[in-house]
Amino acid sequence: MYNFTYHRASSVSDAAKLLGQDAESKILAGGQTLLPTLKQRLAQPSHVVDIGGIGELQGIKVSADKVVIGAGTRHAAVAMSAEVARAIPALAKLAGGIGDPQVRNMGTIGGSLANNDPAADYPAAVLGLGATVHTNKRAIAADDFFKGMFETALDDQEIITSVEFPVPQKAGYMKFPNPASRYAMVGVMVAQTKAGVRVAVTGAGPSVFRWQDAEKALASKFAAAALDGLAAKADGLNSDMHGSAEYRAHLIGVMARRAVAEAG
Amino acid sequence: MPTVSMTVNGKSVSRDIEDRTLLVEFLRDHLGLTGTHVGCDTSQCGACVVHIDGKSVKSCTMLAVQAEGVTVTTIEGLATDGKLHPMQEAFREHHGLQCGFCTPGMVMSAVDLVKRHPNPSEETIRHGLEGNICRCTGYHNIVRAVQAAATNMRG
Repeated sequence: MYNFTYHRASSVSDAAKLLGQDAESKILAGGQTLLPTLKQRLAQPSHVVDIGGIGELQGIKVSADKVVIGAGTRHAAVAMSAEVARAIPALAKLAGGIGDPQVRNMGTIGGSLANNDPAADYPAAVLGLGATVHTNKRAIAADDFFKGMFETALDDQEIITSVEFPVPQKAGYMKFPNPASRYAMVGVMVAQTKAGVRVAVTGAGPSVFRWQDAEKALASKFAAAALDGLAAKADGLNSDMHGSAEYRAHLIGVMARRAVAEAG
Repeated sequence: MPTVSMTVNGKSVSRDIEDRTLLVEFLRDHLGLTGTHVGCDTSQCGACVVHIDGKSVKSCTMLAVQAEGVTVTTIEGLATDGKLHPMQEAFREHHGLQCGFCTPGMVMSAVDLVKRHPNPSEETIRHGLEGNICRCTGYHNIVRAVQAAATNMRG
């Protein structure tokens, strides 16, 4: 790892100030992606600003129609929250399937979203549930947030502060994890929401995306059988040592049907 | 160089370190606590698991400076008054190790697991140890050891 200067931010505004001092600064949240990246010398930030200890970024607030999760909230806290499990069980389940217990004790929702790994779980939750990402500058709708592989709408030094999930009528998440890394080969979040049916797919393409054919089919009848005969297109999907684009396209259909069944 | 202070196995420690020092390097190289192992060094194998304020984390994927002010427990801190922790005793009793390389991390993860699930099923144990890789045992005796320890820890 190249050396850097470490700063511990005491508040979001303090973090913004520290970041603003140097264009080569990086935010450290839980570190579960940043530190492995630094260890491989794939990045060389001059300054690392640790936001992991900022109190205002912690916590989960559940009300009748929404679940708001502070950006610094660890995956384990979301997975073990009885309130989240009551309001959006699919979200608690998704958080409980990220990485492994040790990763979940450190990794944060804000960090996962800012990183936007093509095979991360949280992007599927945010896009599938039609969440809003709040930052220290603005609110960004899920449909405008994810821009491509490891790319988001965030400015370089913008800090996610919380994520607001509207409570769906029902939702389900299923993933086929890579057996070694636990990252999603394909993960599908389906949700019946006030704004209609949403189906978000992670792991399969360069970035999370909505499977609109499935949304249309489920809008007429929210049942696994509504997806029978519907196949996701392999064009543009990931092909790698773990599976071909065609394999992933097939998995999308399988995971989507299981997710609908899970949603009940 | 920044100074980092924390409590490790009940003792206050303070050292001047480089910002980039990993917690596992701090424990092994600066404090001489070599019971915490470095296996894969890529956050996958779990040989480096320690407890931070009672929660299991991978110490190869945390900076020592991030641990400022926390309480760390390593495998060296589990036994009390020369008596093995029930989890260590169960691993010994049920032959939950062969080469022993993964064992410190496996034990630390298992202690955290049993704290969250005092009466874990086999499935809960296997799922809960996903972050720890053992290349010798095939896991069967590890699962048995964790089940036995959970029973003993319930008293």
